[in-house]
Amino acid sequence: MSSDRSAELSARGWFLRGMRVLGSIPGLILMSSFIGFGALCRESGLTLAQSVFITATMWALPGQVILVGAVAAGATLPAVALAVTLSSIRLAPMVAAWVPLMDRERTSRWLLLVLSHFVAVTSWVVALLRMPYMPAAARLPFFAGMGITLTVANTIVTAVSYSLSAQLPLVLAGALFFLTPVYFLISMTAASKLAAERIALLAGMLSGPVFHYYQVPLGLVWSGLVAGALGFAAHLLLRRAA
Amino acid sequence: MTFDGVDAPWWPYLFILLGGAVATDIWRWIGVLAGSRLSQDSLLLVWVRTTATGLVAGVIGQLLLFPSGALAAAPIGVRIAAAAIGWTAFRLARNSIVAGVLVGEAVLLGGWRLLS
Repeated sequence: MSSDRSAELSARGWFLRGMRVLGSIPGLILMSSFIGFGALCRESGLTLAQSVFITATMWALPGQVILVGAVAAGATLPAVALAVTLSSIRLAPMVAAWVPLMDRERTSRWLLLVLSHFVAVTSWVVALLRMPYMPAAARLPFFAGMGITLTVANTIVTAVSYSLSAQLPLVLAGALFFLTPVYFLISMTAASKLAAERIALLAGMLSGPVFHYYQVPLGLVWSGLVAGALGFAAHLLLRRAA
Repeated sequence: MTFDGVDAPWWPYLFILLGGAVATDIWRWIGVLAGSRLSQDSLLLVWVRTTATGLVAGVIGQLLLFPSGALAAAPIGVRIAAAAIGWTAFRLARNSIVAGVLVGEAVLLGGWRLLS
């Protein structure tokens, strides 16, 4: 790579590079997943404006799907908020792992709080994959360009897919819904630096469904904590062995 | 206090803000406050990363084994095989994310068609 040239890129140049993530494979896959979301909103009886508002203000697809499902089931506000917030707990450790990647000398706490809204699985994976290799001054404009562009574009995708989905054929809708888990699985393997993260990934994929099957209260949270602890324990063991 | 329960045009939007946006962003804000105290190479950061990975992995497992919507119509064996073969293709193709996703989708569509 032309690292000499990239060191010279201005902040605007890095912002544009962030914007270009939209046209990369992760960006295209994310947009395909949001096609399914627009269709889901329409099936669930929400209006176009409400659907667009959900993507623009929440920006976390699993939580959005849970919100729409709970609204369609007629749940009350406290019940909906509880279900959504439990599904979003994962964002806290994700953001906590993202903060050290940012240039903290030049980025204020206030700006981090604003930018953290754009942390979701896709932007997080891309940040983990690419930002460690960028000059410190590049990270804020790159992340801002990527986050804002992905959010705006997928808000538009939500509107377009809502308007066009007269009823997606079942197999096509299924294939679109399948994109999210298969892409998350593969990109998180690619983004993992440590064997411990891959162990946590495998353990979480097994424990998530098990806790769900036995209807453990807060099952997703427990399964993540168990899988994370297993990965961490493996890290300590591997480190001692090394 | 349901979505349709208050007869005002602004109510659904307040509902989405409180039940969706704030319920989501609060964890991002907590993450910023916690992450500001983490250094790049601390052991605590390893735990934070494995736990973040474990939580997303749980979502992946649920979406594969207990999906909602159209994907539930695909046989469970086909879903699992498609994810496993897609992941293997990603590794065989020297960590090509595109190859993995395309092979996974192809197995899903092919298997779904054969078995239904």
